[in-house]
Parts: sequence; C-alpha cells; structure tokens
Amino acid sequence: MRAASSDLPLVFDDVSLMAGDTIILDRISLAITPGAPTLIVGPNGSGKTSLLRLCMGLAAPSKGTVSWGGRTHSPGTRRAILFQKPVMLRRSAAANVAYGLAQAGCPRSLRARRTEELLDRVGLLPLASRPARRLSGGEQQRLALARALARDPEILLLDEPTASLDPSATRFVEEIILAAAQSGTKIVMSSHDLGQVRRLARDVFFLVRGRVCEHADAARFLDHPSTPEAAAFVRGELVL
Amino acid sequence: MCKGVAAMSETLSAWQLITSGDATLFSIVRLSLAVSLTASAIAVIVGLPLGALLALTRFPGRWVIIVILNGFMGLPPVVVGLTVYLLLSRSGPLGELGLLFTPSAMVIAQSLLVLPIIAALTRQTIEDLWLEYREELTAIGVGPIGRIATLLWDGRFSLVTALLAGFGRAAAEVGTVMIVGGNIDGFTRTMTTTIALETSKGNLPLAMGLGVILIALILMVNAAAWGVRFWSERRAG
Repeated sequence: MRAASSDLPLVFDDVSLMAGDTIILDRISLAITPGAPTLIVGPNGSGKTSLLRLCMGLAAPSKGTVSWGGRTHSPGTRRAILFQKPVMLRRSAAANVAYGLAQAGCPRSLRARRTEELLDRVGLLPLASRPARRLSGGEQQRLALARALARDPEILLLDEPTASLDPSATRFVEEIILAAAQSGTKIVMSSHDLGQVRRLARDVFFLVRGRVCEHADAARFLDHPSTPEAAAFVRGELVL
Repeated sequence: MCKGVAAMSETLSAWQLITSGDATLFSIVRLSLAVSLTASAIAVIVGLPLGALLALTRFPGRWVIIVILNGFMGLPPVVVGLTVYLLLSRSGPLGELGLLFTPSAMVIAQSLLVLPIIAALTRQTIEDLWLEYREELTAIGVGPIGRIATLLWDGRFSLVTALLAGFGRAAAEVGTVMIVGGNIDGFTRTMTTTIALETSKGNLPLAMGLGVILIALILMVNAAAWGVRFWSERRAG
C-alpha cells in the first residue's frame, strides 16, 4: 500500500511559528530520520504539540520550511497523528477503525477483516461493538492508535499518548508503539516522562521555550546531558 | 358547576367520535399527518445540508444569514401563508401551476415554515461538533463532503430533536394551511383548521376530539423518536 516516495527524512529548516506576537517555536532546525523512535521532550508549553502539528502538516510555519523526503508539499496520506485527547466518533469501536480505513482508501471488501486485525493488535477485539465514548481512557487511547495505524503510516506522530494513563495502561500503549516501530513505522512522540524516554527513545530533541536546546542519543541525553537546562530536567528539577 | 358538566360531556362525545372510527375524522387526521410529515421531510432534505454547509463555511455576511435564519424560526405562520398565497394565486408568479387551495400548497407553505427551524438548529449542532472534530478530521484527511456526512451522522441524536421541533411546528400551526389550503371540506381540511372552524360554529365535541387526537399523535411521534434515540444511543454512544 506504500507509495515509492518516502516522507523521510522530515526536515525543519530554520522554522519559526508565531501566534500573534507570541513566539511558539523559535528558529528550529532538525532532521527526523528513519529508525527507532524519536522523542520530543520538554516541559509543558515548550512547543511539543506545535512541533508535532507542523510535522503532520496541520499548521504552516510562520518562517522557514518543513519538508518531507525533500518535498515541501506532501499530502498527509503517509502520516498519522495521535492527539493527546483523541476524538472518539459517536460510533462503535469497530466503526471508528473502519472510518480510518475508509479514509485511507481501504476497499470496502477488505475493511471488516482489517478492522478486526487492527482491533486485535491493540487488544480491543472483545470490545468491538462497544460505543467508543463509553471506553475507558486507556481503551480510547488504544482505539485511537488503531485508527491511526489504519492509515498504515510511514510516520506516526504521538502527542503524549500516555500522559493521563496509569502504569499498566501505559505499558499496553508502549508495547503497541514499539511493535509499530519494529514493523518499520517511524515513531515521533512527545513526552515529559524520563522513564518513557529510557524505554522507547533512540534519540531525543529537548525543547525549552520553543527552541531545541539539545539533540542527543537517548542514553547520552539521560546520563550526560550537555546543557544546563537538560541536566536540570534530567535531575528532575523544574525547568520553566 | 354547570360549565364543568358541559365540558365533561363534550370530552365524552369527542371520545365516542374517536372510538367509533368516524370516516370524516379519519380522512382529516390522515391529511394532516400527510401534509405535516411531507413538509417536514422536504425541510429536512433541504435544511440538514444547508445548516451543515453554513456551519462549515466562512464568508462575508455569513452572520447576517445566521441571524435571519434564527429569527425565521419564529416566523408568523399567517405571514408565510400570505406570501405563499400571493405567489400561488391566479395572478401571482406561480399562478399557472394551479396549486392554490390544494394539499400541495399546504405542503409548500409548511416546508417554508419548518425549514428555518431545521436549518438553524442543524447549523448550531454541526458547528459545535465541528469545533471538537476539526483537528481529527483534518488530520485524517476528510474532504468537505465527507466532513458534512460525518458531522450529520455523529450529530444524529441532537438532530432528531431539531426534526421533532420542526414537525411539531408543522402539525400544530393553523395559519398557513388555513390561508393557502382554504379549509375545503374533504380536500384541504386538517385537524387544526377543523378545530378552528368547529369551535367558531359551536360544535365543541368534534373540536375537542380532534384536539385530543392531535396531542396524542404529537406525543406518539415524540415517544417513537425518543425510543429510537435511546436504543441507538445505547448501541453507538
């Protein structure tokens, strides 16, 4: 189902994002390359969500360019995003996944089987006919993951997918994410949970007040951060 | 005391009229339902997409249309009746169609009366839902027509209420059907026009009986809609 041209590497070239007079992202240059998960780490309000929205193409930069595989215009068909609070359509769990499949161009004849596969992948097959809005927070997050995976994305963007989940629900979601990463989907995920960084990340972009403060391999970032802000963050101090 | 007894006996004879299955009564009820349901259906077919379109588009002067639409929810039936009368009368622009004083004219007039209710309530429902769905649907890459279809479907429980409000308006009003229908016996006589006529003639049992049937029908339609909503909400949330 994948097209020949790739959305990777995803490159920000001197990107700034303004909302009125407020600077949300400040002259960011970065490259997201194929491989194990990339995590965007930073305190609340550092611009993580805005960065992911730019990655998805939901917003245009005020200055600079975002490019996917060298193209500055790329339809989002090969990308999927999981919002921090995903919207559950007022339908059954299965219908939510089928909706994602239909929008991704999956032929009608294959939809029922693919829906089952995806629900099974996120452990929701027994709840297939349950109204999506009646599911628990963790189940909704997994359902949203299934709907995002229905697009068979090359890049999967996740905005703090486990922020409001308990440890067991978090583990469940992380396992799904890792499985997706192992099957070749590039994971770009925001988090402010250092344990999660250690468990999932290959490399880390550390964001403070809209700027990339540090980019490093996960182990290096956690054990030998090179900037005072990152060091303070890793030590568990409050970085504002 | 005397009045109370009279009212009691009138209600009683109204009830006898209903239970005896009077043919005239039956045809009046049938015409009323046919006209109001057809008018509501037409208003839904036009009003749902119109309201959704208005909710999802932005253009200069949009607020003017919204204000007019909201205001027209309280359109006086007699004014709508008069307007349609002028359009359909022999010397009017649509006079050649020969529709005045026919059930079709009543359907047209009631559609115009119900349309603003359906369109305005749909606009509000869809706009609220769109605020919630916008990012998600944009990210999934849903096009304009898909958006409208998705929002109408996901707003279906609220939209049923809009539909009921529209039907209730059509079934209960007397002004437009009286003017454009003419209250012709056996042809354009509805429950509300008969109630008005029979009351002025002093035939209170028939008026009362029709009043009871009208209220019962409206309650039944609402109960059915409530049942459908309750059942499907449990299934689809």
